[in-house]
Amino acid sequence: MRLSLLSDLNAERAARRAAILVTDVESGEQRLVREAEVDGDLLAEELLDALRRGKSGLVEWEGRQFFLTVQAPPVRLVVIGAVHISQALAPMAKGLDLDVTIIDPRTAFATPERFPDVPVLAEWPDTVLPEIGIDPYTAIVALTHDPKIDDPALTAALRSECFYIGALGSRKTHERRVQRLTEAGFAQADLSRIHAPIGLDIGAVSPAEIAVSILAEIVASLRKGRRRLA
Amino acid sequence: MLSTDTDILKTAESWRREGRGVAIATVVETWGSAPRPVGSHLVIDQDTNFLGSVSGGCVEGAVITEALDVITDGKPRMIEFGVADETAWQVGLSCGGRIRVYVERVD
Repeated sequence: MRLSLLSDLNAERAARRAAILVTDVESGEQRLVREAEVDGDLLAEELLDALRRGKSGLVEWEGRQFFLTVQAPPVRLVVIGAVHISQALAPMAKGLDLDVTIIDPRTAFATPERFPDVPVLAEWPDTVLPEIGIDPYTAIVALTHDPKIDDPALTAALRSECFYIGALGSRKTHERRVQRLTEAGFAQADLSRIHAPIGLDIGAVSPAEIAVSILAEIVASLRKGRRRLA
Repeated sequence: MLSTDTDILKTAESWRREGRGVAIATVVETWGSAPRPVGSHLVIDQDTNFLGSVSGGCVEGAVITEALDVITDGKPRMIEFGVADETAWQVGLSCGGRIRVYVERVD
């Protein structure tokens, strides 16, 4: 592989854009196809399919074998609330290779001391979410328990194509939340995207256990195509 | 610290920029129960430093040996491991799967 090609591939990944490296496995010939260039490619159909599935693999075309290295952007987890659960969640999420960002406008909570290894933004979610961009490779969890902070984040999440939205709070809390968001103009179908109460029901008690249940639910959403459903 | 595919390809780039001889091994096909999915990478330098994996550790040694040849002569190779393969007498996948690995040099 030419170094320039490898470098381009890494640059696309860093910019959170999907790309495919096409390798002719007989000749070793290679080319990089960016997401925006797929339509014009000879292998357009195969490339589109590979992108949709987000999976690398071999394809055959006119008797030749090509290997497609599919690079989807790294999955990002945006956490609203620099709270106790988030402190347990952040290192676990990093262990799962999620790209974690914490957002909390309360400067007493949003400190680097409480979150040594992840970016912490002491800003309002509705200000900062459009700036960082929410794409289909993003999961958003609202954990502050405070509608003033959670609701604007959920509003931005619902207007985006993010693959997971979760909100902390009891069923009652969620009923009130649904009421507020309905009044704000969201339809039932939109609101059903919110996982609430957040996390898989594993009977979690401690912040760390709640973090496990949230992450399990995020992984389940991310990998739903692979799940063995009874 | 776990190494993600992002880290692995970034590492390949930075090792090469440091002037090291570098090869990338990629799992291109699997049959049966293979430990690492298609698309997994292992990056190797001329001094056998490596990052990532193409199996659960069963065939990494053999891939690294092959990678050193690739770094020397620059010719990409396809290598196959598995119980149905005669290389299984030396190295193979204990899980009973088979994998095909493409090894190429970074130029």
